Amino acid sequence: MNELMEGVRLVAAPDVIIAIVASAIYGLVVGSLPGLSATMATALLVPVTFWLSPIAAIATIITASAMAIFSGDIPGCLLRIPGTPASAAYTDEAYAMTRKGQPEVALGAGLWFSAIGGIVGTLSLVLMAPLLAEMALSFSTFEYFWLAFLGLMCATLVARSSPIKAIASMLLGLLIACIGMENPAGTPRFTFGLTDLLGGIEPIPALVGVFAVSEVMRAMATPEPPKMPHRKFGSILAGQWKLTKKYQWPMWRGNIIGVIIGVLPGAGADMAAWVSYAMSKKFSKEPEKFGTGHPEGLVEAGASNNASLASGWVPSLLFGIPGDTITAIAIGVLYMKGLNPGPTLFTENARSMYALYLIFIIANIIMIPLGIVMIRIASKVLRAPRASIMPVILLLCAVGAFATGNNLFSVLLVGVFGILGFVMERNGYPVAALVLGIVMGTMVEQNFITSLIKSDGDVMPFFERPVSAVLAAMTIGALLWPLGVWIWNRTGGRRLPA
Amino acid sequence: MVSIDRRGLLGAGAALLASPALAQPRWPARPVQMLCPWAAGGGTDAVLRIAATLLERELGQPFNVVNRTGGSGVVGHTAIAQASPDGYTLGIITSEICMLHWQGLTEVTYKNFTPLGQLNNDPPGIQVNASSAYQNVQQLADAIKASPAGKFKASGTGQGGIWHLALASWLGAMGLKADHVRWVPSNGAAPAMQDLAAGGLDFTTCSVPEARAMLDAGRARSLAVMAPARLSAFANIPTLKETMNIDITAGAMRIIAGPANLPAEVKAAIEPALKKVFDSKEYQEFMNARGFGLVYADGAGAGQALAAADKALGDAMKAAGLAKA
Repeated sequence: MNELMEGVRLVAAPDVIIAIVASAIYGLVVGSLPGLSATMATALLVPVTFWLSPIAAIATIITASAMAIFSGDIPGCLLRIPGTPASAAYTDEAYAMTRKGQPEVALGAGLWFSAIGGIVGTLSLVLMAPLLAEMALSFSTFEYFWLAFLGLMCATLVARSSPIKAIASMLLGLLIACIGMENPAGTPRFTFGLTDLLGGIEPIPALVGVFAVSEVMRAMATPEPPKMPHRKFGSILAGQWKLTKKYQWPMWRGNIIGVIIGVLPGAGADMAAWVSYAMSKKFSKEPEKFGTGHPEGLVEAGASNNASLASGWVPSLLFGIPGDTITAIAIGVLYMKGLNPGPTLFTENARSMYALYLIFIIANIIMIPLGIVMIRIASKVLRAPRASIMPVILLLCAVGAFATGNNLFSVLLVGVFGILGFVMERNGYPVAALVLGIVMGTMVEQNFITSLIKSDGDVMPFFERPVSAVLAAMTIGALLWPLGVWIWNRTGGRRLPA
Repeated sequence: MVSIDRRGLLGAGAALLASPALAQPRWPARPVQMLCPWAAGGGTDAVLRIAATLLERELGQPFNVVNRTGGSGVVGHTAIAQASPDGYTLGIITSEICMLHWQGLTEVTYKNFTPLGQLNNDPPGIQVNASSAYQNVQQLADAIKASPAGKFKASGTGQGGIWHLALASWLGAMGLKADHVRWVPSNGAAPAMQDLAAGGLDFTTCSVPEARAMLDAGRARSLAVMAPARLSAFANIPTLKETMNIDITAGAMRIIAGPANLPAEVKAAIEPALKKVFDSKEYQEFMNARGFGLVYADGAGAGQALAAADKALGDAMKAAGLAKA
């Protein structure tokens, strides 16, 4: 108890409060700029943290990254430019709601359920950190392989088009993930002698291209829709309590899945959002509404996304294993400030840990008022005429892509993926499945090959380890389920609801 | 009352713009761009950013860090080598520059740079799981020698990465073939350390600072460090030299450098400034906090270190069958 009070005192220091507020605003602004990711927002803070006290330094990282992840959903919802691979899972859904004239419900859901997810994730960090950490450590490459494979199968569940087309675009994504030399053999593949392709295709330029640029192209190719009736932007939080009650079960499922997946280093937030969105659709009473602007999936995936962010800190704090690029940066800052990750951080430095928890909770609470202001400002974009907004989107895409590596090649990539996305959507191939393939491809391959190297080419360990066996059963079951339904129907059995 | 009209303002602006050209002052007369071939937020980026901040204090001009990533470091290193040699585009180069050309991935070698000062060197270590039976490096080495090729599995980075070459060098020094221990490629040191703790590997050869969190958590033990002397931050870990009398010196280096043919004036100004940066309280505290190895060499010394690393790493890559040429 004494140490909790000490933690409160640490957080209540003026420099910490100023750091939290300033970095919250900074995170919201950077995150809302299309193409500028939460990782970049965090990385640019590192030189600033050199001059801050330890708690203030960590506070800036925690607050800025949480804010940036939330506000990355704003351009996704209003303009169809997803900020992170995680938000790509539900970008189409949110954008469909905007086109139905309900942007405030979509953004409000993003804000409200992100905050809830963040707080649940933090509580799991407080209450179960050692337990969750043990779980993360029991995951070897065999388990990761099945997990990534399971993630890939979400492609068919998330898509609204035919499963065949969804699988085709997911396989194209896998092919794109083969490019470069970041593969287990360290051999350049499909680089055609181009230095720029050695590092492979980054998900961010691909993401911005297939969603945003293709949307601009489609807008140019279709006549301007009749202007939306000028109306007041509705209350942002009003409907959220109703949604919370209506979708209580999906929300909790999202929170739990987010906490579990988030704790696994490397899988993290990206996969949590995809898996939760797919689960939401699979178990929904009205799956046919998904993709047409239905909030249910947003509730579950939004909660899952932010819950995974908080629980992603567990392996970072206990073992110094980064869950994602943001915690990788945060670990550097922790060391620099003498808060070395490890179990001793929880025992010998308990007051700092309590301070850290408090910052997590404060960040998720102030996210709500600041987020409302941000949404109000950003929504002005919807009233601007299309002819003036489209060129600006294109410009932002180019700037954002350039900013990721100060490399003109990324800008070219955005253009190429824009054309690819346009052609694919014209022919009914879902682009979200392509992105999933690009994000998960490396993980599937890396874990498959390294597992085989470790087992001297024996496939049995994929099924022998207990956790691995459970995951394998789930994956194979999910693979065979549609086939089983099909055979059942063919052999004249009674029709199953597919 | 002084009236400010538009013409007066324009004139003043022109005078401001013209002044550097008229005065021809000493380097640096304007902000210097510092290129980093690795992504923002990583270790190399952090070292360059603190060095840049401290260089600004020494030399009175902003040193702006720009991350030029891509192509596994090829893009950024090439950009430094091909920059105009006027002293206004410099950068940080890493050991990879002594590896990429052996793999045939670039024409650029360390000879295309003017080294200005080495700021850091992290030697490889040898880490085992905390419950491993091997109490010291000699026991591990004996077990490896006695086992059939491919039985032991090790990791630390990707195929052909710096820690893979450290393993190849160590095995070579013991008279074994480079693939006697099977290399399990990983996506960096952190996943390798996690797999070591999860029981999937026999040992890792990443640097000790990279293994530190797992060592502190009591999940792993470091048996040796492949360096000429013990590390000040980890003084209880013996060197390979004292235990097995094996000398392996190539580690992960970070060196401030510019393109070849840098003017003597620039070198004369920045080399002492880098020495001061290295000796500064801020830099020393930062490096110690991160556990990064504090190794300094001036421009000439860094050049020798690069030449030695280029040869050692090239030999290791040829032995491991990773070199193209």
